[in-house]
Amino acid sequence: MEVVTPRPGCGLDVIVSGLASDAHTWNLVYLQMFLEERGHRVRNLGGCVPDDMLVAECVRTDPELVVIGTVNGHGWQDGERAIRALRARPELAATRVVIGGKLGIDGPRGVSHSARLRDAGFDAVFEDHLGIAPFRSYVDQLPARVRT
Amino acid sequence: MNGSFGEFVAHAARDGALVVQPRMGMSDPARMRAGLLATRATDVRAAGTITLDSFTRVGEHDSVRTALTKGKQLNGYPIVDHPVAVTRKVLAGVCGPDFPVQVRHGSPRPQRIIAALVAARLHATEGGPISYCLPYSRVPVAESVRAWTESARMLAALREQGQRPHLETFGGCMMAQLCPPALLVAISVLEAVFFRRHGVDSVSLSYAQQTHPGQDAEALGALRALAEEFLPNTDWHVVLYTYMGAFPRTPAGSVALLEEAARLSVRGGASRLIVKTVAEAHRIPTIAENVDALLVASRAADRERHAPTAHEPVEDTGIAGQARAIVEAVLDLDPDLDAGLTRAVRLGLLDIPYCLHPDNAGRTRATVDGAGRLQWTRTGALPLRGLAESTNHEPVTADRLLRSLSYVERRFDDAALEHTAGAPA
Repeated sequence: MEVVTPRPGCGLDVIVSGLASDAHTWNLVYLQMFLEERGHRVRNLGGCVPDDMLVAECVRTDPELVVIGTVNGHGWQDGERAIRALRARPELAATRVVIGGKLGIDGPRGVSHSARLRDAGFDAVFEDHLGIAPFRSYVDQLPARVRT
Repeated sequence: MNGSFGEFVAHAARDGALVVQPRMGMSDPARMRAGLLATRATDVRAAGTITLDSFTRVGEHDSVRTALTKGKQLNGYPIVDHPVAVTRKVLAGVCGPDFPVQVRHGSPRPQRIIAALVAARLHATEGGPISYCLPYSRVPVAESVRAWTESARMLAALREQGQRPHLETFGGCMMAQLCPPALLVAISVLEAVFFRRHGVDSVSLSYAQQTHPGQDAEALGALRALAEEFLPNTDWHVVLYTYMGAFPRTPAGSVALLEEAARLSVRGGASRLIVKTVAEAHRIPTIAENVDALLVASRAADRERHAPTAHEPVEDTGIAGQARAIVEAVLDLDPDLDAGLTRAVRLGLLDIPYCLHPDNAGRTRATVDGAGRLQWTRTGALPLRGLAESTNHEPVTADRLLRSLSYVERRFDDAALEHTAGAPA
């Protein structure tokens, strides 16, 4: 098993956020700890984040990765609306934005929302029932931005 | 005639009966009425519940009205947007001195909800300026305190009409998990004092079952001792919430956890228990599942009262001392508790572990230790110097957090599966 040693100074600036109608935050607390343990710097916006606040924070802080976590089953709707709002800003057109969690109300046997969310503008979609491993592989292969 | 919620519970306690109560809310008035009637029809001492939907909780009334117009189901009863006459019909012949009904919601700005329940001739609800603000909203604490002051006064005004309004604190629950008992007890007491100072003289103090029955029994004792001391000339009782975190997924595991809560109520002197059902881990329960849970809990409480389970004596691990230190530090901040609560959050005297609300200091951490007890790993600026050790524990990692969050679920599911398998491997 691969062991990742955090390298101070080489981590990414990450925004972790919930979505407008989702008050759950344990998932966001976990994501923050998970990312910080891998050496990344996290700004956690918490739960019930309105779209305009998410956009404003991303424009203001110019993160290298935006991680949206959602578990209330409305993620496929709220997420699609949020990513369209983010992508509508030219400054955020190329920012890496991913979403994960319980995206619909049907669970793993229900419809997969991944394709639709990727089409709407997410760089990657992580469904809850596949566990944390795909997200870990994704984050660990991301290069830090070279700031010029 | 619409009797007093507190008097109903006190009467049951005098009879040696635990009042059991579901969480129940349906958007359709006919189904809401059916749920209340089914609760009332049980042959146990039960109180009724109207749980509101989450759009009403956050004040999105346009979304409520759109859903109602299109015939879409909401996840609770939208008491503000159904006409008063409709809600009165839901309650007619159901709610009375022998069956009080409480409104449960979750709003940091509940004035419209309070107005609606008063108009429907109800007078019992729950919440609090800290507990309905920090865990579920982004509303500034100062604003929630103002809104709850107004709300408590609206309810208190009913006393002039000869009624006895009742408010329950949600402070004993907070984030549902990983908040050490002393802080839950302290917030519950502070919110009850807040209600009392704004004129509501019948209150209940909540505490949510956590990870260890001995620790929970100690916490309930501390809560009752502090209530006795800080709530003079007040009708008060303790209400226990069945575990509010990640619930066992097996039916046997979930029933065992509910029965443990019922025994804890009896042992710890709680007069009322909010139940959970076998559907908890999976979906919103049916009326029948709720009724089953009420019966299971009431019978487990009766058995415990008549033939107590053998317990280790309740140990004093310092919960009462820690809770008292927090309560006194907050009350000492300012003679005006409204101002004091807001400052206490800002100064980190009230600092909820893992709470991401913008006003929460976020300097405390806690975990489940090897014996299954909740323990501080960091106490931040909580006034616990010399009262709580927070240095002897390894730091909480993401993995450890997940294991702590699922501790109760695993304990009860593993026991249920082992039991089914016959013998442990």
